[in-house]
Amino acid sequence: MALDFLLLMKQELLITVIIFTLLLLKIGSDLSNAAVLNVANGLLLLNLLAGTVGNQTGALFNGMFFTSPLIVLEKNILSLGTLIVSLQSSSWLKKHEHVPEFYILLLCTLLGMYFMISAGNLLMFYVGLELSSIPLAAMANFDLAKRRSSEAAMKFILSSAFASGLLLFGISLVYGATGTLTFSEISSRLDGAPLQVFAFVLLLAGFAFKISIVPFHLWTADVYEGAPVAVTSWLSVISKGSVLFVFVSVLYTVFKPLAGAWYNMLFVLSMVTILIGNLFAIRQNNIKRFLAFSSIAQIGFILVGITGSSQPGTASVVYFVLIYVFSNLAAFGVVALVSSVTGREQVSDYKGFYKTNPVLSWVLTIALFSLAGVPPTAGFFGKFFLLMSGAGKGNYVLITVAALNMIISFYYYLRIVKAVFMDANEQPIERLAIPVYPKLAMFICVAGIIVTGLAGYVYDYIYSLSFGF
Amino acid sequence: MNIPLTHILFVSTALFFIGMYGLFTRRNLITMLMAIELILNSVNINFVAFNKYLYPDNLNGVFFTLFIIAIAAAEAAVAIAIIINLYRSHRSIDVEDVREMRG
Repeated sequence: MALDFLLLMKQELLITVIIFTLLLLKIGSDLSNAAVLNVANGLLLLNLLAGTVGNQTGALFNGMFFTSPLIVLEKNILSLGTLIVSLQSSSWLKKHEHVPEFYILLLCTLLGMYFMISAGNLLMFYVGLELSSIPLAAMANFDLAKRRSSEAAMKFILSSAFASGLLLFGISLVYGATGTLTFSEISSRLDGAPLQVFAFVLLLAGFAFKISIVPFHLWTADVYEGAPVAVTSWLSVISKGSVLFVFVSVLYTVFKPLAGAWYNMLFVLSMVTILIGNLFAIRQNNIKRFLAFSSIAQIGFILVGITGSSQPGTASVVYFVLIYVFSNLAAFGVVALVSSVTGREQVSDYKGFYKTNPVLSWVLTIALFSLAGVPPTAGFFGKFFLLMSGAGKGNYVLITVAALNMIISFYYYLRIVKAVFMDANEQPIERLAIPVYPKLAMFICVAGIIVTGLAGYVYDYIYSLSFGF
Repeated sequence: MNIPLTHILFVSTALFFIGMYGLFTRRNLITMLMAIELILNSVNINFVAFNKYLYPDNLNGVFFTLFIIAIAAAEAAVAIAIIINLYRSHRSIDVEDVREMRG
């Protein structure tokens, strides 16, 4: 029993141990920033490796906590993303005076995400969600002296508190309609009554806020622009990815009886999300705002995949998030390095970037190609499986709209590539030295972009794990 | 005297929408935070009422309420810390004064 407990919760327990190690390190010694970064990155690598050892299915605490090989894989994707974000942000953190605190907050959010993904009960899910979003607001304010950073944190905490209010009201109505909070019992007691559909709409609104689906996306661009780049990349990839994993499992398992209702909602939401995300991405001049709107458009594509049936839907979303971790973090890695050294974040600053920084230019280009979905990169395969999953239901209007929007998205991704390679610039960004950690992170990302797409068994493996979900 | 469940649900729903109205119309950050607390408290009323009237043989709803109260306190603590930091740089807690980023 005790051993089961340790094995099933291994990732959560390890993260808790790491948090306390860093806390004691903060209190008990005055290591230099560089040493703290080494220790933290080492511990995160350990966490990633420990996640791959032994994965079995099981439930703990009377069904509150549930784990399966797919869930372990999802947590490992998040651990990998955390390691990459941590490696990338080292050049920014080195100059910061609160490094251990940053890692403690970061790992608290990660712990919240783990619990949220493993939740088998709405109470557990809610506590995990809040644990993953409250420390994130503090992280958005981590450039304490910058006005924009506080503005971003203010917008984030208000919108996330409002979103959890909507979500809670939905949960309370679900409780009123079914009398239980356990996922498996809820799904057996739902029958499509109007109250249940209303409760579902409120829950969907709460989720939509967290992953910025279109009518609820207004906070995204401001928060992304104001927050430090490390936090922005964390928000756009890890935080969104974790909520997406939960969203998929909640839709397919808990709200299966309402599938007819949510299919139509997602149909409309995905089309609007792709379209608005694309149209606004075209007119952005700040590169972080640009990436914010491009991530909104990517969420629209993910929703297309979710409209499909459960096994290909789950598999294609998990696969796409894995690819999205690599491609978006590669783009953010370059942006983070440029912004931490020169402080320049405009798209026009990247004109003539290739002349001074050929390596960084190639990394950025491969990342943008993957985000756009150009064939040899993994992004193409990710989008292909998402659209194929959506096409499984035979809704060709949705697929056509999504495919046309991929063409629009080529325009604004390639606009940046053109600025980097072709445009002349009087004052290009100077030649940047790439420190070891960011270099390692970029290498992992680029390797991931190339390998995940071409190695077919990655998708097959995820597909086999998603069975019966 | 026995109060029917619908009366209590009416109060909680009204409280929910008053909170939402306050969040969208007020421009002072502390007042907006209070509006969010109203939303969370309407949820608490919902949970306790459903638990007492419909499912009196378990305590799921009451326990959920306790968790919401604790988490709302944590959320308010972080939000107020952020607002204090915002006040240091902007000398104001009015959202109209805090809009450098837009578009």
